[in-house]
Amino acid sequence: MSVLNPPRSAQPRSARGPSGRGSNFSAWANRHRKWLFAAPAMIFVGVLIVFPLAWTLYLSLTDSQGSVRAATEFIGLKNYLTVLTDTDRFWPAVGRTLSFTGLALAFEVVLGMGIALLLWRPFRGEKWVRVAILLPLVATPVAVGMMWRLIFDPNIGFVNQLLGMVGIPPQPWLSGQDTALGTTIFMDVWQWTPMVVLILLAGLTSLSDEPDEAARVDGANAFQRFFYITLPLMMPTVIVAILLRGIDALKTFDILYATKGKGGGSFHEVETLNVYAYGLSFDYNQYGLSSAVLILFFMIIIGSMWLLTMRKKAANK
Amino acid sequence: MTVLNQDTPSTAAGSRPARRRKPLGTRAYKVFRVAALVVVVLFLLAPLFWMLLASLKTNVDIYDTAKAFLFSPTFENYANVLQRNNYFVFVVNSFWVAFVSTALSIVLGVPAAYAMSRFTMHRSALVVLMARVIPGVSLLVPWYYVFSNLRMVGKFEVLILSHMFVALPLIVYIMMSYFDSLPLELEESAEVDGLTPIGAFRLITLPLAVSGIATAGFLSFIFSWNNFMFALVLSGAKTKTLPVAIFDFVSYASIDWGGLMAAATVVTIPIMIIALFTQKYIVSGLTAGATKG
Repeated sequence: MSVLNPPRSAQPRSARGPSGRGSNFSAWANRHRKWLFAAPAMIFVGVLIVFPLAWTLYLSLTDSQGSVRAATEFIGLKNYLTVLTDTDRFWPAVGRTLSFTGLALAFEVVLGMGIALLLWRPFRGEKWVRVAILLPLVATPVAVGMMWRLIFDPNIGFVNQLLGMVGIPPQPWLSGQDTALGTTIFMDVWQWTPMVVLILLAGLTSLSDEPDEAARVDGANAFQRFFYITLPLMMPTVIVAILLRGIDALKTFDILYATKGKGGGSFHEVETLNVYAYGLSFDYNQYGLSSAVLILFFMIIIGSMWLLTMRKKAANK
Repeated sequence: MTVLNQDTPSTAAGSRPARRRKPLGTRAYKVFRVAALVVVVLFLLAPLFWMLLASLKTNVDIYDTAKAFLFSPTFENYANVLQRNNYFVFVVNSFWVAFVSTALSIVLGVPAAYAMSRFTMHRSALVVLMARVIPGVSLLVPWYYVFSNLRMVGKFEVLILSHMFVALPLIVYIMMSYFDSLPLELEESAEVDGLTPIGAFRLITLPLAVSGIATAGFLSFIFSWNNFMFALVLSGAKTKTLPVAIFDFVSYASIDWGGLMAAATVVTIPIMIIALFTQKYIVSGLTAGATKG
């Protein structure tokens, strides 16, 4: 039951509560409630994050491989040099990660905004549309990957059947070297556009009606009202949606691994940084190298988040 | 029709001011809107429907394109998956891991979120929220090292711990924005009436936060149920969860499509049913904090 160790410090928290009022302990607990409440969770997260992250940083400076228990030697920045000059696997993986995230986000935000606008004003049957929006969102990504594998199967897949009816020759989709990444982007768009819709819809419903009303009175048409009134007002929410979705899109793993397996397919056609780092760690046991990739990956994530937060601050002004 | 008419205001009531009843635009827009919504719903539901259909077909029928929609349904795939492949065990494993990791994360996360909200501990909150940003792989190597030395890889404790790592930041994030929205005055007046601050939290704030906790709990349960990567590395033969079990399904020689789709349906159906009954909470959880600016 060592799992219960971290929370142990939480015990004095609410268990004794106000019953011992007046006692020294209660007074002490109430005075220090800020840290009594926050510490257990922070210690838990701290131990589980700070320590592994420090370890990853350390491993990235060593030649650790084979077994994590094997003796390692400190080799300075050599792993980073190897990784940064690796035009075979690393840089293509960076490119795929960025194009996967960029394209998926672009489609999700544009489609998401469109769908959110359709849902904005109440209508009959709204409830059923909302259910349809929720289902892809909660579906297990691995199962979703398997589902699309069947639908996009070159021989028996429904997509090629449909295309055949209108005279388009069958496409290789997931098994094609050039089409695989695009197909996984499509899968991501299917699953996560609903998330963007929900966030944008929450933003739209919190907007005040007056600016829109005023523009209408002034004779602005629907497009003008959207581009000059609604969209600028929605910018902070749009950026939050991009931020939340972007972090997850950069780290996409499940559907890629479920549809293409180890190494992102035999030509690494969907090998993003996350898939690459996972493969280095757990298929090839190159812990030092993989840690260097992860540190660089982490910097990319933090960097893009920082850029977006700056953008959001600018939009809020 | 009348049923639907009554439904609309009730779903809209919480989030929408009633004065939004302006004319919906021209007739052409109305037609376009209905058509567009139908396309959206089809696009979102058709793949799931196709998965369900395939799970009810024999493998011969799956390969027969003439039998796309007209076939004699069979439950053979489900019988195979549940009996021969032991999926009942994986369902129980998934449920247990998701339930315990969610429950423990609530116990740890709700008080923490309360403190962070009331004392505006922005920097502390940032530490916890970092967990949402870090790539999971970078945590797995050290975890794997530590837990394999402790001979604990493949035990439920380790799996639950790793899932809590996803659940706890999520719960803190949602509950922080929930506590931010609860008025401070209630606690203050409770303290004037003689409750200690912790007492006010326990007897006043906590009962008010039940729907927030439900929101955070349901979402964290879903995320844990769907989690794949941590379980892929840290689960063992006895603790395998459903996503890993489905992944293992295809590592055998040729794909048994019917069985695979039945397995995929078995993992998604429970979570979808939960989501349907808790829709309101899930939506508010997913959009928590998004409109604060």
